[in-house]
Amino acid sequence: MGSAPLSFQKLILTLHDYWSERGCVILQPYDMEMGAGTFHPATTLRALGPDPWNAAFVQPCRRPTDGRYGENPNRLQHYYQYQVVLKPSPPDLQDLYLGSLAAIGIDFTKHDIRFVEDDWESPTLGAWGLGWEVWCDGMEVTQFTYFQQMGGFDCKPVAGELTYGLERLAMYIQNKDNVFDLDFNGNGVTYGDVFLENEKQMSAWNFEVADTERLFDAFRKAAAECESCLEKKLPIPAYEQAIKASHVFNLLNARGVISVAERQAYIGRVRDLAKGSCQAWMEHEGWVA
Amino acid sequence: MADFLLELLSEEIPARMQAKAQADLARLFEEHLAAAGLKAEAIETYATPRRLALIARSLPAETEAVSEELKGPRTSAPPQALEGFLRKTGLTQEQLTERDGAYFAVIEKPGRATASVLAEAIPAIVRAFPWPKSMRWGVDSASTESLRWVRPLQGIVALLGEDIVAFEIAGIKSGAATVGHRFHHPGCITLGGAHDYVEKLRACHVIVDPAERRRIIADGAHKAAADAGLTLIEDDGLLAENAGLTEWPVPLPGAFDPAFLEVPREVIQLTLRTNQKYFVLTGADGALAPNFLCVANIDASDGGAGIIEGNRKVLAARLSDARFFWEQDVEVPLAEQWKKLSQIVFHEKLGTVADKVERVAKLARWLVEEGIVGRTLSPGGRGQGEGVRPSGVPADSEPPHPNPLPVGEREKLADLAERAARLAKADLVTGLVGEFPELQGIIGGHLARAQGEPDEVADAIRDHYKPVGQGDEVPTAPVTVAVSLADKLDTLVGFFHIDEKPTGSKDPFALRRAAVSAIALILESNSRVLLRDVLAFARNSYREQGVGGVEVEPHGDTVRAVAKAAYETVFMSSVFDFMIERLAVQQRDRGIRHDIIGSVFALARAGNVDLVSILARVKALQSFVETPEGADLLAGYKRAANILKKEGWPPSVTPAQAGVQSDEGLDSGLRRNDEAEQVRNKELSYTPENEETALIAALDSAEPRAAAAVEAEDFEGAMAALASLRAPVDAFFDKVTVNDPDPAKRTARLNLLLRIRDAVHQVADFSRIEG
Repeated sequence: MGSAPLSFQKLILTLHDYWSERGCVILQPYDMEMGAGTFHPATTLRALGPDPWNAAFVQPCRRPTDGRYGENPNRLQHYYQYQVVLKPSPPDLQDLYLGSLAAIGIDFTKHDIRFVEDDWESPTLGAWGLGWEVWCDGMEVTQFTYFQQMGGFDCKPVAGELTYGLERLAMYIQNKDNVFDLDFNGNGVTYGDVFLENEKQMSAWNFEVADTERLFDAFRKAAAECESCLEKKLPIPAYEQAIKASHVFNLLNARGVISVAERQAYIGRVRDLAKGSCQAWMEHEGWVA
Repeated sequence: MADFLLELLSEEIPARMQAKAQADLARLFEEHLAAAGLKAEAIETYATPRRLALIARSLPAETEAVSEELKGPRTSAPPQALEGFLRKTGLTQEQLTERDGAYFAVIEKPGRATASVLAEAIPAIVRAFPWPKSMRWGVDSASTESLRWVRPLQGIVALLGEDIVAFEIAGIKSGAATVGHRFHHPGCITLGGAHDYVEKLRACHVIVDPAERRRIIADGAHKAAADAGLTLIEDDGLLAENAGLTEWPVPLPGAFDPAFLEVPREVIQLTLRTNQKYFVLTGADGALAPNFLCVANIDASDGGAGIIEGNRKVLAARLSDARFFWEQDVEVPLAEQWKKLSQIVFHEKLGTVADKVERVAKLARWLVEEGIVGRTLSPGGRGQGEGVRPSGVPADSEPPHPNPLPVGEREKLADLAERAARLAKADLVTGLVGEFPELQGIIGGHLARAQGEPDEVADAIRDHYKPVGQGDEVPTAPVTVAVSLADKLDTLVGFFHIDEKPTGSKDPFALRRAAVSAIALILESNSRVLLRDVLAFARNSYREQGVGGVEVEPHGDTVRAVAKAAYETVFMSSVFDFMIERLAVQQRDRGIRHDIIGSVFALARAGNVDLVSILARVKALQSFVETPEGADLLAGYKRAANILKKEGWPPSVTPAQAGVQSDEGLDSGLRRNDEAEQVRNKELSYTPENEETALIAALDSAEPRAAAAVEAEDFEGAMAALASLRAPVDAFFDKVTVNDPDPAKRTARLNLLLRIRDAVHQVADFSRIEG
């Protein structure tokens, strides 16, 4: 990899520069808890409709069930995705993507980059697409998807979505076996310094402490609020409440209080909220009758 | 004559779709050519992750000119008909010929340039290509009518000889340029034609033939294994997948920390194989080696050291997560985990998995206590961890009458079966099965062993889903058989009860497989199951739990009681018939004749049957009727049955009893043994013919021998007894007139025919046998 590997923050800055130079709007993270960058309205809502849209941003992701109290070197309940959305998908999207890997220091003469079939589907967003997981020496570093449907609507035109797993990429570039050993700033601060305590406390809360009655209540309230926004034809706040309901559901799931039978019903409820928001957005923008 | 080269360059085609795409491309190409009257001398296809290619050898420069004669209206037809015909053909009346009072037109179709045929055919093929999944992309996808391909299509090479066949699909113009390996040769390559395609791409680090890539991977993998003193676990699926993921395959050997080997072997194998697509290696002792073999798509400048190290790290991350779950799961006794099963719904109408476990445990215990499962074992069935053998190995080499176990031992076995059944589903709530759902059972087996459960219990937990479909190993260890059989019968009975039977091609709960598996378990382990009893027991467990719909209890209400009894009869018959039907299908695949099965199962439908015994009877019967004696006896039987039918004999019985084909045919034959006895003992009022006397003597001897042999399940013996009737029956029909004018003679002789039929019916309903 030649010179000194990028620090975690330099990795982000390099990707920002790269995609900024290629015409992307560089956004900041959405200020809500969500399970994946795809939930960001800049992906979900902007993937709908005919208007061109090119954006790149970091999105923190919360996966309560993946928490390991900071004891697992690879799993976190809170981590970062780097998300790029390009609509319509450019003809040289693969080359653009590979250019970004080169920019962060991956040497294609020494490493094995592969596009391995992985079709993406999000039941809670009523969305699917075809694409790959991109492997670098056997490690999945990016999810690469051509959205075909979002919120139950055909994508016209199709957007290309790149989702980089930032911690994985950084571990790869910095040659670290443990995520908490990552060099965060190139100046002595590690990822563990920033997030280890966070992982411990949040794992305890996710799995043991979170009050399930209040969570069930929060789910009901978010769902009700979403519906009231839909009635008032306000798709963006409606969609925010759908994001909230989805995250509360993930928390309830981590607390182990949702039975297998109920699980489908909850997923169906979140999907209805998300699809309803997409529908309202399409109507608001005048893309459907 | 020229060769045609087509290459469709795209973004990465899923490995699993490439072989079928090659076949589809060849087929569609041939069809389109044939429609234009063209045929290639040979068609070759190639596929890599980025391209699908075809070479058609020796195509003519143009299609042959054809002339086609078209029949028009009769010469006597009104002029409008002729005018219509002229319009249709574009000819004048002078150009038509007259023959047999009608007009004929000869249409000349000139030959077409092959290039123009191809320029039409290829876009048509591309637009209608049957990818299992396809997508839209780019600016054009603003319309949902835009071209669909498996992934974005990037380029098209179409060369006939050295000339470009020009066409355009969705803005992509055909040409002569393609690309080489993504990293070794990023630039454009111009192809000369079919003749240099394979070699020119090879020079650019692309091996277009998947078979060659497979060979390279296999050879490299074997060599790497041999160099390390290890054995490669052969895996054709993995070979094909890696060949489908690479244009320039480079096998590379790596190793992982041996400490991970404490994780169950299957988990490691699955992680290597399925998640990482690595080949697995074993040591001289057959144990898993802490090594792997990955296949890179590049000749790395450092010889692959970086790639191997990267892969090692990924694997370590995955295995450390698996180890985390294993360590966590092993701490919680399965008997503790089991409690959580009441949270998992088995089926909304059939309660939770905990309810199912309860029923299965009861049934498994009962199967052992009744001596149905776990009599003296066949030699192959004893011992730990080897209680399975490939299905298809016939069970009929085993003694037909295994001895029951002593009561004490039977209780011990019943305890083990119940224990195993109670724990069998507990791994469904473990972290490892959450991560690796396909290892259900296997992980439970490992956990049980690690938690000190007896080997019989651990083996049964591990194997109780087996056999999964035809060809899978069939367990024979008694505890395993009890749990597995109970599980499957419980499923069958439950879903039949809520009327979720398979229909046509729909079998969402895999009940056909459950039935076939249950049958295989019974036959392979030689379990003497009286099917109706077992099904009734399973049914009763649902009733006791009040699961599957609450029934109306009789409460002295006769109508309800009768309705309930009728329901039970119909219900039991439907499950029973379903199983017998699956058995018939399964045995037909093994060369057992359908009519022979039918002849024996006519008996099965009416009775409470034991499948092992029934099948032994089927096999003996088939061997017998295929001998000359059997064929002759069958002919004699049919003659007797036909006469009886024609004469309406015996006068008092229903046609069904008179040997007319019916489900009840055999049963009636058995029921009337008393009557036959009377006939036999009756003194004849006339002097019988010699052949008549001989037949009576033969029947007197054969009847008890056949009956005793059937009783002893000695079906060869029963057949031998029947065979002794053949000569006397033949002689009787040769020399004796049945329809004698003397009513006494006629009656006696018809009764004699009845005896023949009944004797034969002790074994099977011969009326169902063809021939």
